Amino acid sequence: MKFLKDFFEKTEPLVQKGAKYHWLQSVHDGFFTFLFVPKTTAKTGAHIHDYIDMKRTMSLVVLSVVPALLFGMYNVGYQHFKAIGELASTGFFDLFFYGFLKVLPVVIVSYVVGLGIEFAFAQMRGHEINEGFLVSGILIPLVMPIETPLWMVGVATAFAVIFGKEVFGGTGMNIWNPALIARAFLFFAYPAQMSGNSVWVALGKNDVPIDGFTGATPMADAAAGNINFNVADAFFGLIPGSIGETSVLAIMLGAFILIVTGIGNWKIMISTIAGGLVMGILLNIFAVNPFMELPFWQHLLLGGFAFGAIFMATDPVSAAQTERGKWIYGFLIGILAILIRVVNPAFPEGMMLAILLMNTFAPLIDHYVVQGHIKRRMKRAQISA
Amino acid sequence: MENLINIFVKSIFIENMVFAYFLGMCSYLAVSKTVKTATGLGIAVIFVLGITVPVDYLLENYVLQEGALTWLSPSFAEVDLSFLSFIMFIAVIASMVQLVEMIVEKFAPVLYTQLGIFLPLIAVNCAILGGSLFMQQKAFVNIGEASAYGIGSGVGWFLAIVGIAAIREKIQYSNVPAPLRGLGITFIVTGLMGLAFMGFMGIKL
Repeated sequence: MKFLKDFFEKTEPLVQKGAKYHWLQSVHDGFFTFLFVPKTTAKTGAHIHDYIDMKRTMSLVVLSVVPALLFGMYNVGYQHFKAIGELASTGFFDLFFYGFLKVLPVVIVSYVVGLGIEFAFAQMRGHEINEGFLVSGILIPLVMPIETPLWMVGVATAFAVIFGKEVFGGTGMNIWNPALIARAFLFFAYPAQMSGNSVWVALGKNDVPIDGFTGATPMADAAAGNINFNVADAFFGLIPGSIGETSVLAIMLGAFILIVTGIGNWKIMISTIAGGLVMGILLNIFAVNPFMELPFWQHLLLGGFAFGAIFMATDPVSAAQTERGKWIYGFLIGILAILIRVVNPAFPEGMMLAILLMNTFAPLIDHYVVQGHIKRRMKRAQISA
Repeated sequence: MENLINIFVKSIFIENMVFAYFLGMCSYLAVSKTVKTATGLGIAVIFVLGITVPVDYLLENYVLQEGALTWLSPSFAEVDLSFLSFIMFIAVIASMVQLVEMIVEKFAPVLYTQLGIFLPLIAVNCAILGGSLFMQQKAFVNIGEASAYGIGSGVGWFLAIVGIAAIREKIQYSNVPAPLRGLGITFIVTGLMGLAFMGFMGIKL
């Protein structure tokens, strides 16, 4: 570590204002504070001293999605070898390694494009590099289907970082979750490439799928009235789907990390799941087609519901800020997600749009909650006065 | 009854005036700085749409359409006044807006000054005329459906304007790049809100 520190200290004068490499200043600062404790201290006012700064928060979130990421890599290999009928003859590490090679480029593209834009903006606007993209950059690959072309991942990431985040002023000031903006952008800009049955399972040019292979996700099958998934597979995640969303088990591990460390908000998670269950029960009661008859709790295992509820809805920036608002916000996400999923034939999955819609209305929910508090306290003040 | 609820829900979410047709943008962009004034204008729009659409429905079916005047005398069966529909609709809207303006001035003078020119300008708000013209196009079978459509469209517009007003109150604390402050960021926010509303599109009720 010593030589790294020496390197940073030696190069520091070179990146000062007016020096030769001044355009690298924010990059220098960003990497230095990422590796070492920042040298700057607060100059004015009272401050709460806490070791949880933004870098640690973001690192913990990244840590919590690692189970889903690793499992996603394994599942990519699993689905591939299952599709070409060589599952029984392939070992665990071959499965994992195949998926690893498939997923790694997506992660790299997302980070390089996103961080590149982030660095450029930080340097141009003269603020520090924010760590927010560390999380968005890992969430974007996890919500992509595995066969998404890499250039699309790049375009979507650029759109999300510029129009979802930087125009609002960067980390902590956006209204919508950037990772979901990226996904929604791709979904509406390239519908032909992003939906259908050919994007969920990785197949090379020369791979011949076995007979009876469709590549459809259990969600798409269920929407077509054909419910034929194994509940255990859906729970452990051995079904086709976006890279990180399939395994409810791995996501629960992540949720455990988020709740124990206090990073993720358990109120939003619980209320989202409750909303989904309530809507599922309602649909069960009024069932008119096979998808509506799907037992209500199985909705939680399918598609992106679990992933969205744990990692997307709880984004502390775009979610509701007030405590009561969080309950309302989460509950409505759950309800809308299942409603769009089942009722809207245009979209197979509703989680992404439900969260984006509630991100839109989160400031309004907060506004009314705060106004309610003000009104109640005014009343109390009047009674005591 | 079920039919009415369908039309109502559809006009709020699926055929939202702002996010599906991008109508009524001028006042939507101009008066959405705070939730309070946005709420006031939103309620005014609900009121105006809720009255003009059914009134225009009656006009359309008993005066303007070809053969609509047969209730006066069978000899009018050939008369087609639909070329007058624009001017008639606008006249109804303008008089309704005048009424709203007087009510607001009397009962909420603060709101009246806050809304300023945008209150009389509801008369030329494209969402209002759009409501009447869509009504004409959709050929509703009775006045109940037309009222449900009018009120629903108004509620949809109300939701859109209070939603963006809350967002604009929130991004006052954001470090938006200087060239985008004000209207620029509002356009971007509107676009992204439209993206979020896409979730309802395609739902068949």
